[in-house]
Amino acid sequence: MKQTRKSDWLFHTYMVLFLAYMLLPLVVMGGAAFNDSRFPSVYPWVGWTDRWFVELWADARMWNAFRNTIYVALAVVAISVPIGTAAAILVNSIAGTTRSVLYGLMIAPILTPGAVIGISTLLFWNTLSVPAGLHLAVLGQVSYIAAFVMLLVLARLQSFDRGLEEAALDLGASHMQVMRRILLPHLYPAIGAGAAIGFFQSIENFNVTLFTRGTYDTLTVYVFSKVRSGITPTINALALILISVTLVCAIIYEVRRRRAARAERMLLAKG
Amino acid sequence: MKDLLNRYGPVLTSIFILLTAFWLLALVILPNIYLFENSFRPYLPIAEVGGPNDTYSFDNYLKFFESPIHIRVFIWTILYSSIVTVICFIIAYPLAYYLAKVADLKLVPTLFLLLFIPLWVSEILRSFAWFIILSLKGPLNFGLIGLGIIEDPIRWMTGFRSVMIGLVYTYVLFMLFPVYNAVQSLDTNQIEASEDLGAPWWRTHWRVILPHCKPGIASGSVTVFMLSAGSILVPTLLASTNSRWFTEIIQQWMFESQDWNTGSAYAFLLLIICTVFVSLVMRIFKVKLSDIAK
Repeated sequence: MKQTRKSDWLFHTYMVLFLAYMLLPLVVMGGAAFNDSRFPSVYPWVGWTDRWFVELWADARMWNAFRNTIYVALAVVAISVPIGTAAAILVNSIAGTTRSVLYGLMIAPILTPGAVIGISTLLFWNTLSVPAGLHLAVLGQVSYIAAFVMLLVLARLQSFDRGLEEAALDLGASHMQVMRRILLPHLYPAIGAGAAIGFFQSIENFNVTLFTRGTYDTLTVYVFSKVRSGITPTINALALILISVTLVCAIIYEVRRRRAARAERMLLAKG
Repeated sequence: MKDLLNRYGPVLTSIFILLTAFWLLALVILPNIYLFENSFRPYLPIAEVGGPNDTYSFDNYLKFFESPIHIRVFIWTILYSSIVTVICFIIAYPLAYYLAKVADLKLVPTLFLLLFIPLWVSEILRSFAWFIILSLKGPLNFGLIGLGIIEDPIRWMTGFRSVMIGLVYTYVLFMLFPVYNAVQSLDTNQIEASEDLGAPWWRTHWRVILPHCKPGIASGSVTVFMLSAGSILVPTLLASTNSRWFTEIIQQWMFESQDWNTGSAYAFLLLIICTVFVSLVMRIFKVKLSDIAK
């Protein structure tokens, strides 16, 4: 049981202030999407308008960038999930110096600035006569997103009972069956989390994409060029839509979590 | 290796090895070797590549060491990224402690959900939000004038002030989560024991909680420093003419001069400074690499 203390209200206040600090800028940015002023701001308030949303909807370049972003994110997930999972299984089954070296190499991309990953990917594939483009953006992003998947799967592997595999093999299961029926089902939560994180990381990515994209646009690059060439509140409209999607996902997740927690409590009460 | 063969058979084992090898060789090791190699070669027209002029030299690095401006920007980048890292820790530590040990357990998942929202909103939009807030006629100046705190609007976007505000806002959560994980793994009984034995609150933090958090602090510091020093978006949006970031110079070489060789030399310098920072943190906090990446 936690005891309440006199100093607690200080902490509560701090928490509330911090949440405000984190969320108010997003509110300001979203609010500016409705302001009928050329420069995005909430002050001075010129008047309500939906024209920034209309303009955004009519922007072919935005749609193109949006499509590219989704393609890249899907490709990144499709490549980095198998790689990350395989690497985790591999690194989990060896020991000693080899393991430390391999592990070090695997997490190095996480500790490397995106600009460095982008430039090195560009240079390497360029010497192999592969021009810049979305495919290079995918490869560059995979190099560090696979590391996230690897870490998640590796953590999950720690709770895996290897006796299950042995039992299955003794009972005559093939290696493929062991993989599909025993190991993978245990890893699914980590693989799913890895895929979700990889997808979001890819959508957000700017630094790697900037150097490897060639002439293609992704959503972040599109926003970036808009911000540089001439800011209009269409970016705020886009931001508001993205925040709303995030918010909806978050609420769905929270509701489902609460429902699951309640179901668990009921089960406990009954049992 | 034998163990792997026994469990998964030759086919699956070779798939595992091939996938890992592709990742580590084609996406991590070889690109970095090429980056290193290219940084020593001159920038030449395509016809002359491989010709007699294509020799190794330190010329690209000399361009850096002969340019006082570039050296200054490099030092600024390191200095301000370090300050941002420290500020992030100061902001995040009380919160991590609150979330792990003080807050109502039922409330914590909801709080985390709220904290995750800005994290899911991309970096460019987060810095764009501050671009609006900090503009001369923006909401912050309006609010401060309205409250009577200042009389004339403040020009926020000058020097490194706005860059640091933007970086702290964008990356503070990357400090909060690892430190929270570390505090959370500490047995509350240890805190209570320290208090029962008469330690004042600050000594409990200094001698019990902080030492336990070292891996989390190390992990958060490395992430925040690396992201700050390597940030392109925040400085581009929030910096002014008298505050430049090292990544902007790399971009100049890559895109404006189209000189990829010098660009890779500069990128390599950035990589070196991040590596130095990681090893420094590992030494200061006495943690292993596996503690940092979790």
